[in-house]
Amino acid sequence: MQTSTEIAARVGEILDAHEGMEGPLLPILHAIQHAYGYVPRDSLPIIAKRLNLTRAEVHGVMSFYHDFREDPAGKHVLKLCRAEACQAMGGDRVAQHAQNRLGIEWHETTKDGQITLEPVFCLGLCACAPAALVDGKVVGRVDEARLDAIIEGVR
Amino acid sequence: MLKDQDRIFTNLYGMHDRTLAGAKKRGHWDGTADIIKRGRDTIIEQVKASGLRGRGGAGFPTGLKWSFMPKQSDGRPSYLVVNADESEPGTCKDREIMRHDPHTLIEGCLIASFAMGANACYIYIRGEYIREREALQAAIDECYDAGLLGKNAAKSGWDFDLYLHHGAGAYICGEETALLESLEGKKGMPRMKPPFPAGSGLYGCPTTVNNVESIAVVPTILRRGPEWFAGFGRPNNAGTKLFGISGHVNNPCVVEEAMSIPLKELLDRHCGGVRGGWKNLKAVIPGGSSVPLLTQAQCDDAIMDFDWLREQRSGLGTAAVIVMDQSTDVIKAIWRLSKFYKHESCGQCTPCREGTGWMMRVMDRLVRGEAEVEEIDMLLSVTKQVEGHTICALGDAAAWPIQGLVRAFRDEIEDRIKAKKTGRLSAVAAE
Repeated sequence: MQTSTEIAARVGEILDAHEGMEGPLLPILHAIQHAYGYVPRDSLPIIAKRLNLTRAEVHGVMSFYHDFREDPAGKHVLKLCRAEACQAMGGDRVAQHAQNRLGIEWHETTKDGQITLEPVFCLGLCACAPAALVDGKVVGRVDEARLDAIIEGVR
Repeated sequence: MLKDQDRIFTNLYGMHDRTLAGAKKRGHWDGTADIIKRGRDTIIEQVKASGLRGRGGAGFPTGLKWSFMPKQSDGRPSYLVVNADESEPGTCKDREIMRHDPHTLIEGCLIASFAMGANACYIYIRGEYIREREALQAAIDECYDAGLLGKNAAKSGWDFDLYLHHGAGAYICGEETALLESLEGKKGMPRMKPPFPAGSGLYGCPTTVNNVESIAVVPTILRRGPEWFAGFGRPNNAGTKLFGISGHVNNPCVVEEAMSIPLKELLDRHCGGVRGGWKNLKAVIPGGSSVPLLTQAQCDDAIMDFDWLREQRSGLGTAAVIVMDQSTDVIKAIWRLSKFYKHESCGQCTPCREGTGWMMRVMDRLVRGEAEVEEIDMLLSVTKQVEGHTICALGDAAAWPIQGLVRAFRDEIEDRIKAKKTGRLSAVAAE
């Protein structure tokens, strides 16, 4: 965890970089998440002050979008598609396997802090279902064996 | 079957060069300045004449939509916004365009923006599309370097800037006014209409929101002539269309085909047929998760276009065909969709916020058969109370699949309830 002064300095830089941009809140939150891996709570009042918004408004936007996280995730993020096309091709079985294998539920991180498991609704890879997203890289036709390989690969 | 020389997306599978040079070799960016010299009115007339209907789901005529934009600016700038927030489960067509053939889209943005008097265009791409964002941004940068975007874009005399904006994982942002809210940096909650975006959209300025595919096909239509495009499909359903087929077929794929192709031909020719043969088909969702499903009997003579599917009380939607064979628990499949809509409801309108939850919970019990037969009608009445009583179409989208399920598979739901009551497992519930 970083101290609030460090956060203030880094967030200040990010805000400077987005100075004068139209509709800047989402790009700013993306940039902060990119820098930290999550959006620290301490950054919200700083953003609110600079953009002349209330803290509630900034918090509202941040919590509205699923991609922004309040707490740090594990070192690797494994997202499994839970939408219909993937379910038709055995997505449920793969998801169950992942939970058993990692010993965690959705949105949880393994005890060693290595892998966070998250559901995602349609990666648009329906033609190669079931689909997964591993640290931003899409993987198609995921069965139990491939899932094991993915988990071994990132560990 | 569509001939290769009639395909608009010649690099749909990324087998060829994706760079600007490669795109030019395939005929894109050819005579763009000349097309723009035809003038705004001619371009809009030609798009109207081509019969192009919006590819994002609703099927509104694209040329007509463009003609709503003000001819003369009242001091406010006009904007084109491209909806690349392709989040509907089953839909995977736009991503192929953006990843492998991005120049069709960028050239389309320039021409469409000119036709609407817009000097700036935003492409709103969904947060989950990471490779697509990289590919598209690389293509945009390439075009800026080559002078195809920016001041005097493509030597047409039109100044044009193209921005790529990425979302953050909210299905509702694919709704056009929610998308505008999100672009402005707010929560993606749909706005009341009117005012329509063409009157007051992004930052209160005239705005048109179009789907990726609608924009990407425009340059080729204008190059080859509206008659060519209008020559495909049945009247009022013109053109070629990307179909994304997933689920229980032997070879799921995204393919460009002529509109009004019979469903059976589409599946047999391009997807290697239904898993286990045509007789093994149970149901098909023809247009992404929010349209009612078709039963096997309907599939036998189904024609994939807007009007035929509308007549069958379904819809073409985004032409994302989800195929389900006899092994599918179709009640559970629709429950799955209900869960999705409950999760993605933005919470602004009460009927949708509460209704999606109710629908999911009743569906939940129907899946297990722990319900009364009367509850099927109660569920239907809930869907009727959600449908049409919300600001945006998400409420409708949540209601329609359930209505489709009850229409087509009422017997199966009742069987399951009765089987549960008598303590016997039916063949379906046993799976």
